[in-house]
Amino acid sequence: MFPHTRNRMLAAPLALALVLACGGKKEPEQPAPQPTAPAPQPAPPSQPAPQPTAPAQPTEDPAAVAARVTAALLGEVATMIHFDFDMADIRPDDRALLDRKAAILGANSGLRLRISGHADDRGSDEYNLALGSRRAAAAKNYLVNKGIDAGRIETVSFGEERPIDPGQDETSWQANRRDEFEVTAGGQTLRNP
Amino acid sequence: MIRRTTRPGWLIAGAALALAAPLAAQDTTRTPDGVRIGIEYRPGTRPSVVVLPGAGLDSARAIVGRDLDFSDRFEVIQLGPRDTSGVAVNPGGRALDYALFRTLGAAYAVELAADGPGVMVRLHDITAGVMRREQRFTLPAQFDLNFRLAVHRASDEVVRWITGTPGYAASRLLFLVDRRLYRVDSDGAAVTAISAGTEEILSPTWSPDGRRFAYTRFAGGRGSLILQGVAAGDKTVVTGTSTSLNITPAFSGDGRLLAFARSGEEGTDIFTADVSQNCCVQRLTVGRFSDNLSPTFAPDGRRMAFVSTRAGAPQIYAMAADGTDQELLAPFDYGVTGSSNAPEWSPDGASVAFHRDVNRAPQVFVLDVASRRVRQLTSSGRNEDPSWAPDGRHLVFVSDRSGRRQLWVIDIVTGRIRQLTFEGQARLPAWSRRLSDPVPTQP
Repeated sequence: MFPHTRNRMLAAPLALALVLACGGKKEPEQPAPQPTAPAPQPAPPSQPAPQPTAPAQPTEDPAAVAARVTAALLGEVATMIHFDFDMADIRPDDRALLDRKAAILGANSGLRLRISGHADDRGSDEYNLALGSRRAAAAKNYLVNKGIDAGRIETVSFGEERPIDPGQDETSWQANRRDEFEVTAGGQTLRNP
Repeated sequence: MIRRTTRPGWLIAGAALALAAPLAAQDTTRTPDGVRIGIEYRPGTRPSVVVLPGAGLDSARAIVGRDLDFSDRFEVIQLGPRDTSGVAVNPGGRALDYALFRTLGAAYAVELAADGPGVMVRLHDITAGVMRREQRFTLPAQFDLNFRLAVHRASDEVVRWITGTPGYAASRLLFLVDRRLYRVDSDGAAVTAISAGTEEILSPTWSPDGRRFAYTRFAGGRGSLILQGVAAGDKTVVTGTSTSLNITPAFSGDGRLLAFARSGEEGTDIFTADVSQNCCVQRLTVGRFSDNLSPTFAPDGRRMAFVSTRAGAPQIYAMAADGTDQELLAPFDYGVTGSSNAPEWSPDGASVAFHRDVNRAPQVFVLDVASRRVRQLTSSGRNEDPSWAPDGRHLVFVSDRSGRRQLWVIDIVTGRIRQLTFEGQARLPAWSRRLSDPVPTQP
């Protein structure tokens, strides 16, 4: 009984957050308390009994599924992309990552992002701030061209000020030449595209 | 390279350490059999200056000796304490044993004598056997933070008495360790943290009068421009810079305008703001497909140099102060010459220093504005972000030649290099103009 109560307590604010996130929009689906649609019947092997009980009562299961889906989608949204030295062009092998982000943004109209551009520390310190801006803008433009509203994405640049790998070798420099994607709003519950 | 043929033995020990080999001196006096002919003095050879010992004022004397040495205009003979027996300074200092100093090869002698709350500085012309100048300088108490600055001012005057151009000792530099702002005197003394460790600062720059400075206060991928007073530490946000990323500020020669670059989704472009009234932001460049940044005013304020990526890699361009009449400033070979960044116009207007990648490592270059010729000054390790000393002949820059990034100073005439800072990882130095008035220091 105790775990059940706890889950319900958790689920309530989640549902509320979803309602709030979708509150301003008119067009899409009514704020359904049962969140993410596509995966409610994944036939969880461990939980045999929940189906027969009342359908009006959301069990812990859909909430757990929703949380798992959301976590997975947030992970995809946050996946970094990388750049060649002194370049701000989207690499061909990063397009699939951005396409996926665009799809997730498209399916979750409340989702908002901040993209931050970064550089390795070989270039000029101050030029790298401009380069970071260009890298962040490149990813944003790609998403906007896929139909995402520009107002949902802000961009910032950290230049070489936030290396994630302090090393001085090709691997480290490559890791540092990146865009990071941070959810600034609407990431409480996400639905699959 | 040293042209003295004889020198009293007692002097050698003291002088040998202080004598810097003149890197640019040419050995043009060789006879066919390889015997070098020693001569005392010739055009292009730096005169020797001896700083006389005396009672008291030890630290002032040491500072002056170092300043004269760092001016790179003299060969400085510093007499150690043990050498005092060989030097006769008359009480009152009005006459020296000029003949003795002539045998040392000294062209000038600088005498410091305690004089009330200050110091009397006298310049003796050894060759002519006369005292050329004397002037009293007021000195704060030695524990006062401005004591050193006051002594540096005396040094700069001595340089002016001899060469006609003042030295650069009475100046300070701002620089960063990571993103914390520090200050250091021109001789490497008095390293002081200016900003709190919690604040992130980039691109410091001095106002021409040395009474305030500007920088980017970096936060969350954005940066506002801050004007900060040296005396009171008061801070003002430059209007319109608090919601975007604003970088690379630089004052105009009259201190009225601040040029800077704003970076965002539309690219990076150069703007000016009127910082005398904190108003009137104007956009100077429109580079939809290129970045424009790092503006630096010519001292007359009519033109500025800046970095642009309009031809691909960043290179050095110039334009009128209103953004018109844009042109390439530092020539380069398309696709061959490395990126060029961080220009700074010299105080005399004749040159622009910048760094340019050579084999993927930045090196310090100087452009002669009139001829458009560039000259590479460094080659050892990474050397970047040059900033001019007030004399227009020395540059500070960041170099990793010691193993980590530190500030170094180069004399662009002789090529002599000295290390200025020794701690942490220093970067983005900015050298003030001469600080003429006592500047109360309140970090």
